[in-house]
Amino acid sequence: MVSDQRSLASDRALPKLAVWKFTSCDGCQLSLLDCEDELLLLAGQLDIAYFLEASSQVKEGPYDISLVEGSITTPADAQRILDVRRQSQVLISIGACATAGGIQALRNFADIQAFTRAVYAHPEYIATLKESTPISAHVTVDFELQGCPINKHQLIEVISAFLHQRPPQVANHSVCIECKLRGNVCVWVAHGTPCMGPVTHAGCGAICPSYNRGCYACYGPKENSNTGSLCHWWAENLHVENTLIIENLRNFNPLAPAFKQESEGRADGDSD
Amino acid sequence: MAAQRKTIKVDYLARVEGEGALHIDYDDSGIQEVKLKIFEPPRFFEALLAGRSYLEAPDITARICGICPVAYQMSAVHAMEDALGIKPTGALRELRRLLYCGEWIESHMLHISMLHASDFLGYPNAVAMAKDHPKVVKNALEIKKAGNALVRLIGGREVHPINVRVGGFYKAPSTNALLSLQQQLEAARSLAEQLVCWSATLPFPDYEWRGEDLYEFVALKHPEEYPMNEGRITSSRGLDISSQEYENHFVEEHVAYSTALHCTLKARGSYLVGPIARFNLNYEKLSPRVRQLAETLNFKAPCINPFQSILVRSLEVLYAFDEALRIIGDYVMPEEPHLHTKPRAASGYAATEAPRGLLYHRYDIDKTGKISAAKIVAPTSQNQKTIEDDLRLMLPRFMHFPEDKLRGLCERAIRNYDPCISCSTHFLQLHFNDGNAEKT
Repeated sequence: MVSDQRSLASDRALPKLAVWKFTSCDGCQLSLLDCEDELLLLAGQLDIAYFLEASSQVKEGPYDISLVEGSITTPADAQRILDVRRQSQVLISIGACATAGGIQALRNFADIQAFTRAVYAHPEYIATLKESTPISAHVTVDFELQGCPINKHQLIEVISAFLHQRPPQVANHSVCIECKLRGNVCVWVAHGTPCMGPVTHAGCGAICPSYNRGCYACYGPKENSNTGSLCHWWAENLHVENTLIIENLRNFNPLAPAFKQESEGRADGDSD
Repeated sequence: MAAQRKTIKVDYLARVEGEGALHIDYDDSGIQEVKLKIFEPPRFFEALLAGRSYLEAPDITARICGICPVAYQMSAVHAMEDALGIKPTGALRELRRLLYCGEWIESHMLHISMLHASDFLGYPNAVAMAKDHPKVVKNALEIKKAGNALVRLIGGREVHPINVRVGGFYKAPSTNALLSLQQQLEAARSLAEQLVCWSATLPFPDYEWRGEDLYEFVALKHPEEYPMNEGRITSSRGLDISSQEYENHFVEEHVAYSTALHCTLKARGSYLVGPIARFNLNYEKLSPRVRQLAETLNFKAPCINPFQSILVRSLEVLYAFDEALRIIGDYVMPEEPHLHTKPRAASGYAATEAPRGLLYHRYDIDKTGKISAAKIVAPTSQNQKTIEDDLRLMLPRFMHFPEDKLRGLCERAIRNYDPCISCSTHFLQLHFNDGNAEKT
């Protein structure tokens, strides 16, 4: 009999959670361990079956929920992610590396061999892919939680939503809305500080403007972001150089389509 | 002969930060080969920094490690300030130390509570340990929360803080904001004191570094304080240099089985950085209250049993609370959150004490402030060789153990160092000869 794909395995006492690491800084999986108040509670609701950073006990798959941190940068990992997908009922990619390639995806715009030589004396020891790619470039992803790093409260919400088979309540508006909710004075309007807030996905709580600096888009683009218009106004209104605009599109989420296309258009325009 | 050869293999080390494996070959005559294999994919940070603005260095290098981002930010800003010829003093300097206290608490408590303590009591993880020792785990999380609160207030968030700037901060916290943490820090300090006493009661394996086996300890030393942001690079065998001289004395080597470069002292080979090295070289700079407690427990520098690193970490946590409370008590909000920064063509050097030990950064910038070269040496690259040496020294004494127990002990010996593999890999997947390591 074919089981209902939507249901979590009901014959087991607790749904099984797995946490996987690919190329990353560990900061997003750390967010789970940073949930001091919720961690032990969560451990009562879930069977943390595979989480090598936190436990030497490994339980076999399949898993009800897999959290995937990091981007794919090696041939072995390109295979491993297929295996993770096969074992996972629900696969959620967490963080900028997993959803948009991460800072290491800057290699995609450069010569990877020159990159290897810059760090390693013996580049022949190193096996790496030419590009760093998000998880969704390799397998079907059920939900992407953006952010560098992710917001731990959003992570708890997403896990809880999938446990209860309801859509996650993760606001997809811009950082500007969070900034207004916080009662901040706009750093762009009041101080002329270049800010990525209007196109950036909410989730951080508008911390950069709250600390008197412009948003640098570590949460990646919001839904339907008008990146082209924002960059136009950075240039026209704030007189920001094109190279700086490109660098702001190419930092922690360089492969997010809204940022990638705009940065490529601007890089081409620059070279013309 | 070949039939007697045995192998200890751990394909994926658990409860360490990042991806590593262990391979040991031994036979009746002794240990033949020890390899701590780091297969964490490289991320090329030094290469991708090239061409970026000097102001981005703290934001970009923070992403090397989600566990100790503040350390990267501190070494980056100090190196940049060295290049620019400026030096934040007074309240700005104190705020940086306060932020570092927060990260030491966060990072050490993560290791103590989530990764290390369960080793001594035989649990696979902290959640399982919490079932039998709920108070210990809950208190540890409470202590960690206080560290998180400090980093969140000064840095904006716990992981990859956004407030650190070359020259100071984007915004200085108000006196009242800092005072609002006082109560939480006081309460957590008293829990940390209990934690130190509890750590001292753990069953430590009978193993000590003696005589020639004693490692060269390397840590910063500052005339007035337990080292965090500043000081000279010193060692237990007489090294005493400035950060500018680091590359004259230390060398990085690329070995085939690791994506982390092995760093050694040119003159003497492997050495040890981290809490034990700091503690052994700077014991007298700990606060009187911390030293008093250590002495009550009959635990003084030098610490020569690596398994006791958990006790050293808990003492450093306690010290970080004393320092944090002192800084908050004396704090007067600075008039400007940062010094004026004007780029110039120069090189800058800095070493600071990350929770896991000495973290060196060097940058070359051009007159517009673009980075033209960067070099970063993480604590775990420096300890990698010492970890291997330690396994080589330790194993002969425990050969009578059954194989699975021996493997468990090797994993524990590695966890003593709290290796941060994500940090240490400057950044790519290795490849050593296909499969040859797997033949046993």
